[in-house]
Amino acid sequence: MTRMMSRPRTRGAVLVAGGLSAVLALGACSSDDDGDGGSADGGSTDCADFESYGDLSGKTVTVYAGIVAPEDQPYMDSYKPFEDCTGATIDYTADKNFEQQILVQAQAGNAPDIAIVPQPGLLQQLVATGAAVEPPAEVGANVDEFWGEDWKAYGTVDGTFYAAPSGASVKSLVWYSPTQFADNGWEVPTTLDELQTLTDDIVAKGDNKPWCAGISSGEATGWPITDWMEDMMLRVGDPDVYDQWVAHDIPFNSEVPTEALDAVGNYLKNPDYVNGGIGDVSSIATTTFQDGGLPILDGACSLHRMASFYASNFPEGTDVSEDGEVFAFYLPGKTADDHPVLGAGEFNLAFADRPEVQAFQTYLSTDLWANNKASASSEATGGGWISANKGLDPANLVNPIDKLSVDLLQDPNTVFRFDGSDQMPAAVGSNAFWKQATAWITGQSTKDTLDKIEASWP
Amino acid sequence: MSESTAHPTPANPVPGATSATMQDVDVAGAVPDKPGPPLAATAKRRLTSPWASLFAVILAVLWTTPTLGLLITSFRPQEDINDTGWWTVLSNPSFTMENYQTVLDPDKSSALGPYFINSIVITIPAVIAPVLLATLAAYAFAWTSFRGKNILFVAVFALQVVPIQVTLLPLLTLYVDAGISGTFWAIWISHTAFGLPLAVFLMHNFMREIPGELIEAARVDGAGHVTIFFRMMLPMLKPAIAAFGIYQFLWVWNDLLVALTFAGPGAATAPLTKALFDLAGTRGNAWYLLSAGAFVSMIVPVIVFLSLQRYFVRGLLAGSVKG
Repeated sequence: MTRMMSRPRTRGAVLVAGGLSAVLALGACSSDDDGDGGSADGGSTDCADFESYGDLSGKTVTVYAGIVAPEDQPYMDSYKPFEDCTGATIDYTADKNFEQQILVQAQAGNAPDIAIVPQPGLLQQLVATGAAVEPPAEVGANVDEFWGEDWKAYGTVDGTFYAAPSGASVKSLVWYSPTQFADNGWEVPTTLDELQTLTDDIVAKGDNKPWCAGISSGEATGWPITDWMEDMMLRVGDPDVYDQWVAHDIPFNSEVPTEALDAVGNYLKNPDYVNGGIGDVSSIATTTFQDGGLPILDGACSLHRMASFYASNFPEGTDVSEDGEVFAFYLPGKTADDHPVLGAGEFNLAFADRPEVQAFQTYLSTDLWANNKASASSEATGGGWISANKGLDPANLVNPIDKLSVDLLQDPNTVFRFDGSDQMPAAVGSNAFWKQATAWITGQSTKDTLDKIEASWP
Repeated sequence: MSESTAHPTPANPVPGATSATMQDVDVAGAVPDKPGPPLAATAKRRLTSPWASLFAVILAVLWTTPTLGLLITSFRPQEDINDTGWWTVLSNPSFTMENYQTVLDPDKSSALGPYFINSIVITIPAVIAPVLLATLAAYAFAWTSFRGKNILFVAVFALQVVPIQVTLLPLLTLYVDAGISGTFWAIWISHTAFGLPLAVFLMHNFMREIPGELIEAARVDGAGHVTIFFRMMLPMLKPAIAAFGIYQFLWVWNDLLVALTFAGPGAATAPLTKALFDLAGTRGNAWYLLSAGAFVSMIVPVIVFLSLQRYFVRGLLAGSVKG
């Protein structure tokens, strides 16, 4: 109790700085046995921001997610200030089977207090079980303040707002080697046409094939192509057509999707363009997505379209920065003014409305948490975590890729769209789309592919 | 009392089975006398053809190669694992203990230690309970008579057909209502329930092989069911118990689905398989740790299997094939 209301010595300091140093102090303390003494000794936790949550001593909130070690540690670290100031205990557990388990547990009445749900489609299924509860009004207000309309819509089911966004990732990125580009005088393209020209320039240079890709990923083999196609849907078509396509208001095998997949095929099925450093077109299907972009490092490949989280696949010690060995540029729009961004993210869905759960849920929707989490990630895993929260201060990010991603998300010109296959029914989004995309890369025609996916729509 | 009932009602409950048992006894009794040695000699001659030995050796090498590769991989540095196959150690040998340090170091979040303990806590009761219950049930099915016995036995056996996935949700709902979800109790009960049908079936078949005369003789001497079960059946059932014990042990030790569903993902009750599953990281980029993790989790089953293997084949053959 006394510890909770610990004296606000650094009062008046910027919120962010307070949160940051608190996390750093706690991070330092948690490495030894006595993690609890951190706030009492450090005296830097500014509990003023937590006063409105009241005294929650002895209360426990359970959190369940699919994010496992080592990325789970920053989550626990970012909960620390809340635990120290309110006295509540946050019990974080995770396993990679989350997406199946959470449904089973929710249906059996055994849901956690808060689940970190990575897909809007799964969110809808969970709400449909009847176990989910609406968040308090403050969460809605926070989301209105810190996120765009588009993000709020992905946390809304049938007109009722359920879940505030948590983390995010940007998928519209092309990985490249800044050193290789500088050596050859290549420029980062700003339109789709320039990307095409760049590709042809690399072919003309003749040292290596320009593109590399890998789509093998266990039972989810094929998903990188679905991301490719979604990105092209946003560029060949426009965000409205994209929404209609995802909602199946236009058939999967109609004109724009056909154009989009052909636009992907223009790169990925062209034997002159792929598969740099790995093999021919068919090697795309047998290369794991983790290995797909590694040939960039030895100059055997120049371009690799993959999400921001790919940064962690490069071996330790790789210089990932604007002038380093590898970096990424924004997969350009049709024109330089078009700025569609494909991405994904997680949402905090609650299954209980006890006061401590609501208080914690509110904390998770604030800019304070986003900044605490970002600095905790920088501290523990060298970054790799971003949020679309507009209150996120880029100063808390250490990783250049994270900064680039946040810039893209926070750019006022950006039109954000969530990964489409994550929103489609499971029979398509996590089944037919993947399988047909794999068949497509190994030789099936675009028409057959789209016809078959259309036929699989429930 | 036992004398008067034992004689008019032979302990063997199934009509017609008595003669079969008698024959078995005759053969069994005759084996040590004369057909034994020639039989064994024939078997030995037939089984020791050099070609057969060669074939067996080739087969053994083929089957062991992947495991050997895994073992070698587990000692290689991360970059080597990511870049090249394990067979390249011949030309470029470099080994490290780092992978094992990472998975065993209690300070690291990927440490397997606590989960190892959990797996043992889960497995031991989940093996003992079904063995105990199944031998008792099998004894009732084999050597006592009561109304509806056959129907009940067929029903128990038929339960093997029910896939456990079907039962996950209803069982979990029951556990939640009873307030034991997320505890070891839920896992123990589930594994026991899932293992029982096969255990009852195996033990029953094994017990039916025991000559009825033995039971009758025991009855004449005044033994009741309890004495017969503990003094005669259990010692004779050792191979069957060991065989089923290994089987159940491997199944429980390697189980992920049951533990995840009924114990939840909490580290307090999660077994080693869950930790192994998560070891590769959220996006699978730490998969190089898996080979080391796999060997840590393999140690216990290998020890159990090697120490009990001589019962394994004998017990399974005795229980299932001849039944």
